[in-house]
Amino acid sequence: MFDWLTNFYTSIPPVVLMTAYMFAFILVLFVCVAYVTLAERKVIGFMQVRMGPNRVGPWGFGQPIADALKLMFKEMILPTDADRFLFRLAPLLTMIPALAAWAVIPFAEGWNFADINAGLLYILAMTSLGVYGVIVAGWASNSKYALLGALRAAAQIVAYEIAMGFALVGVLMASGSLNLSDIVMAQQGKFFWNWYWVPLLPLFLTFFIAGVAETNRAPFDVVEGESEIVAGFHVEYSGMGFALFFLAEYANIILISALTVLLFLGGWLSPFEGLPLFPAYLLHLPYIGAALSSGPHWFIAKTCFFIFCFLWFRATFPRFRYDQIMRLGWKALLPVTLIWIFVEGILLYIHFPPWFD
Amino acid sequence: MSMLKNIIRSFTLSELLKGMRLTGRRLVSKKTTIRYPEEKTPQSPRFRGLHALRRYPNGEERCIGCKLCEAVCPALAITIDSEEREDGSRRTTRFDIDLFKCVFCGFCEEACPVDAVVETRIFEYSFFERGTHIMTKDMLLEVGRKNEDQIAADRQADVAYR
Amino acid sequence: MLVQSAVFYFFATTLVIAALAMITVRNPVHAALFLVLVFFTSAAIWLLLEAEFLAIVLVLVYVGAVMVLFLFVVMMLDINIAKIRAGYAKYLPIGVLVSVMMVVEMIVVLNGPAFNLQKPQPKPNDYSNTQELGELLFTEYVYPFEIAGVILLVAIIAAIILTMRKRTDGKRQNPSKQINVNKRDRVRLVSLDKD
Repeated sequence: MFDWLTNFYTSIPPVVLMTAYMFAFILVLFVCVAYVTLAERKVIGFMQVRMGPNRVGPWGFGQPIADALKLMFKEMILPTDADRFLFRLAPLLTMIPALAAWAVIPFAEGWNFADINAGLLYILAMTSLGVYGVIVAGWASNSKYALLGALRAAAQIVAYEIAMGFALVGVLMASGSLNLSDIVMAQQGKFFWNWYWVPLLPLFLTFFIAGVAETNRAPFDVVEGESEIVAGFHVEYSGMGFALFFLAEYANIILISALTVLLFLGGWLSPFEGLPLFPAYLLHLPYIGAALSSGPHWFIAKTCFFIFCFLWFRATFPRFRYDQIMRLGWKALLPVTLIWIFVEGILLYIHFPPWFD
Repeated sequence: MSMLKNIIRSFTLSELLKGMRLTGRRLVSKKTTIRYPEEKTPQSPRFRGLHALRRYPNGEERCIGCKLCEAVCPALAITIDSEEREDGSRRTTRFDIDLFKCVFCGFCEEACPVDAVVETRIFEYSFFERGTHIMTKDMLLEVGRKNEDQIAADRQADVAYR
Repeated sequence: MLVQSAVFYFFATTLVIAALAMITVRNPVHAALFLVLVFFTSAAIWLLLEAEFLAIVLVLVYVGAVMVLFLFVVMMLDINIAKIRAGYAKYLPIGVLVSVMMVVEMIVVLNGPAFNLQKPQPKPNDYSNTQELGELLFTEYVYPFEIAGVILLVAIIAAIILTMRKRTDGKRQNPSKQINVNKRDRVRLVSLDKD
């Protein structure tokens, strides 16, 4: 019955198919990003004992669409003496790495665009490229606030990139691979006790904190500290340019959450896998079984939890002072990662059970 | 010892977790927002909204044109002209309240010896044309006629304190 | 094969143009950004050579960290173009000398028998550039690698020592002290009688 469909599917050249997949994925990602902005306003609203947006559509579900439409029809203002080309290029420079990094993220076994060997390094390279958009935007705007924001961004991202890199070193020591799928598969075994967040707890926390700092989110958002420098690097942007910065920020939030899940929380692995005393017959039930066993839904659920943490942090913590940020990055997170890599080396050497045997 | 305590405190992130517990609890607590057009805040009987002029139950208007309200009004929002009517009583010919000047202090209401000018519970009104912000005597009497029940009930509720 | 050549020529052309632009543009920020483009395109060409580890590390280290710090400094310059152009004729002979030397060196290295360079061959499918590099670094070249590491460590320590001098006349905050403050240290609760 569906022969013609399968025939049609197999007759499409892989390049075309891949491109179609990518477009579909980016579309889905944009929708997710739009609804993360709504989730942020809702969650923060709820934490401040108010409702959040609730006028556009039921429970405010039309709000992101209304916002997007508004921003699309606004004029993009070019400041006097701004660098015309770089000013327009900067939003793209933040957006492109945020999207490109998704190429190597596996949603489940074999569910990724490119299964490359050095996937982890690729991600690190892409996240470090995101700072160029911020720097170029700050410089090209010809505004002192934007320039100050860009300088802060440059120093902050370079500082936290190092702590983040060392946290990743711990992961690749434990898994023995730079390939993200292999890293997830190395965590398979005894339910969630076998995931790397247990043996690498300090690295896990460091990675997530550094991730929050890399995305310039509260409490590390001095880059756009509105009490001192208005809106930081994107003061001069309006309309679609501003929307792209906004989208990139949220795309990066989703990316960092997904990475944390892949590296430390077993990606798509189910927490019930290999759980002692877990009734095995449950896995053979028609729907419950599929829900309880490993699959992309676990990956998405865990990612959602970390996105929620981002919003939770923003609702809870006051902004760091700039010297405190630097102190935390260099004098707290970096030594913690170094010490734990040393400890982990010992654990690996003596084949410490149950993780490294 | 206190230094050790501080180190433990900062490495277990205990203060951060405490803060997150607080906001986490607020996340699920009941929201205080009142969704305005559907829900409204409770009003006091002393609520000071749009003005009205009242009549006695027999249809005679209460205002005797004493101009006490005009005199007491701090914003000079009230303008009154009065003349003698055929039956010899003094009545107003003009009773204007400029709602752009009015500060809704309620002094006119307090000054009135016959409870003629009162402030009602109406607060949702708007003007779409220039000049319509001046409430004339007819308009004020009309507001009073429509809301007489509510106005009388509110005066009654407050009677012990007057 | 055709696609590969097309990709190579695309990146090679971009690389050459960006490199030329980098040394000819007047604005230092533009020059730095062209240098970023140069690094990026050369990383792409390394990817074509199946050296994915080196390519990504080039992007990660040079583009992601070194150039960010470069831009950090360059952005704050007040660019005076006339002054920059002033020394052009004076430095021309030495510049020509250096570039001629570099060209000669490159020709010697690439054509000479000393290095015995061959055209790169396609690698088998399971070949991992990362693993090969790691094995070489930690077996054959372990001493040079460790020595390089120690030298870098010395440089880091030296740089830190330079910042360690304490000024006695300056007033500065101590964040560690600040964050270790309890509410007991700052607020004294006094109980008063009710009346």
